[in-house]
Amino acid sequence: MKYSALSLLRAGLGGHKDWPRAWRDPEPKPRYDVIIIGGGGHGLTTAFYLAAVHGVKNVAVLERGWIGGGNTGRNTTIVRSNYRLPELHALMELSLKRWEGMSDEINYNVMFSQRGALFLGHSDSDMLQLAQKGDAMRADGIDAELMTRDQVAKLIPLLDVSSTARYPVQGGLIQRRGGTARHDAVAWGYARAADRLGVDIIQNCEVTGMDITGGRITGVQTTRGAIGADRVGIAVAGNSGRVAAMAGLRLPIESHLLQAFVSEPVKPMIDTVIMTQSLHCYISQSDKGEIVLGGDPDAYPTYSQRGAPHIIEKAAAEALALVPALSRLRMLRSWAGTTDMSFDGSPFIDATPVEGLYFNGGWCYGGFKATPGSGWLFAHLLARGESHPVAAPFRLDRFETGRTMDEPGVGPMPQNR
Amino acid sequence: MMLIPCPHCGPRAHAEFTFDRPVEAITRPDETPEALVRNLFGRDNPRGPSRELWRHTYGCRSWITLTRDTATHAITDVRPVGADA
Repeated sequence: MKYSALSLLRAGLGGHKDWPRAWRDPEPKPRYDVIIIGGGGHGLTTAFYLAAVHGVKNVAVLERGWIGGGNTGRNTTIVRSNYRLPELHALMELSLKRWEGMSDEINYNVMFSQRGALFLGHSDSDMLQLAQKGDAMRADGIDAELMTRDQVAKLIPLLDVSSTARYPVQGGLIQRRGGTARHDAVAWGYARAADRLGVDIIQNCEVTGMDITGGRITGVQTTRGAIGADRVGIAVAGNSGRVAAMAGLRLPIESHLLQAFVSEPVKPMIDTVIMTQSLHCYISQSDKGEIVLGGDPDAYPTYSQRGAPHIIEKAAAEALALVPALSRLRMLRSWAGTTDMSFDGSPFIDATPVEGLYFNGGWCYGGFKATPGSGWLFAHLLARGESHPVAAPFRLDRFETGRTMDEPGVGPMPQNR
Repeated sequence: MMLIPCPHCGPRAHAEFTFDRPVEAITRPDETPEALVRNLFGRDNPRGPSRELWRHTYGCRSWITLTRDTATHAITDVRPVGADA
């Protein structure tokens, strides 16, 4: 069923009783052309683009739990492409362009809202770095505007821009095409769109082993039996190391933890995304009215999905100093996701030493914004067996060869991100 | 929140400590380039017990090693690092 204003009206008049299910719940077939391990945003977009762009429709997405139940449903929903390095410009801008057409492309409202993504500058050196980043972005055809303190104050009236502020604001860099999206809708929308093209989305199906013969993958073992495949793609950020270990691989990735939290819902008070060059604090307001806050990663390896309170305290202190009006709000809930921390902060989209086995991961805490671009590039790799030019720099062996992509320039340790 | 038993100071709040690296990633100057790459840029990244190098940065500033379960955060076998440790 195609979703439209008419279908909504018709279902509404019928009391919303007759909505068909959005995607099937199929039994696994004995064999597929391509198996994607991981039913998050990256795996589902990969499956969709395999079917929609490359005509590979005999595809299964295997998900251990329910789709979008990992980092897809745990992020702060920010979408932007304001990076410094040209390789990351190409990757994130390809993704942002897909965000701009996403709701139409998959006939599902992902509530993509280009409300602007603003980085605040708090010092001369912050402003210099923001100016440099903005110049680099514009040179690569991406929108960026340097703002004065007065312009920032006009954009966000609740921001403390006084000279006595704990974090004085000197100005900022805004990407007006940046914004937020409804994260669950991205998983559901792509699942539905891929399903309509014949992709099998198999939930509650955990991969427990890989069948490898003579250096070539022939299928996977799962909690629902063995499933054969010509090609297998791993898109399980957070658990990349564990799944890759089933194929005997050791990755340049540590699994860390990132927390986020939201307040009770309030009337609209912040209509842009606030980030800062010096602090690690993200502030935005969801469509439901909650203030969504994120902060520093917890900075040690863990699969617990449970963070430490002193990290929340730091992020909350920074947010309150920037927007004092937040001090009256009560926090509603906090949560954490397991992040795939690569050693230079950049992801991997690459073939592995096992023939037919491909890897997509290492997105650190920036994977959500890349969801459609990641799927687009991974589908290309899985369908053709060779990297798309935009994905080519994101190789697994780049530490060995010294071709790292260290956006902040802080050196190759995952906990320094 | 973890309570980390520092061998010098006793049980102290996690916020006083910083993680450095898994013990597998500690390198020595005489290692071959291949071993350096493997140890510096490859990780077992286990879900379960992991031997790690931490520092009591905001306490006695000593380096320590400990075994920590990465799923439950249970900490065992904490040892000091140093010449007379």
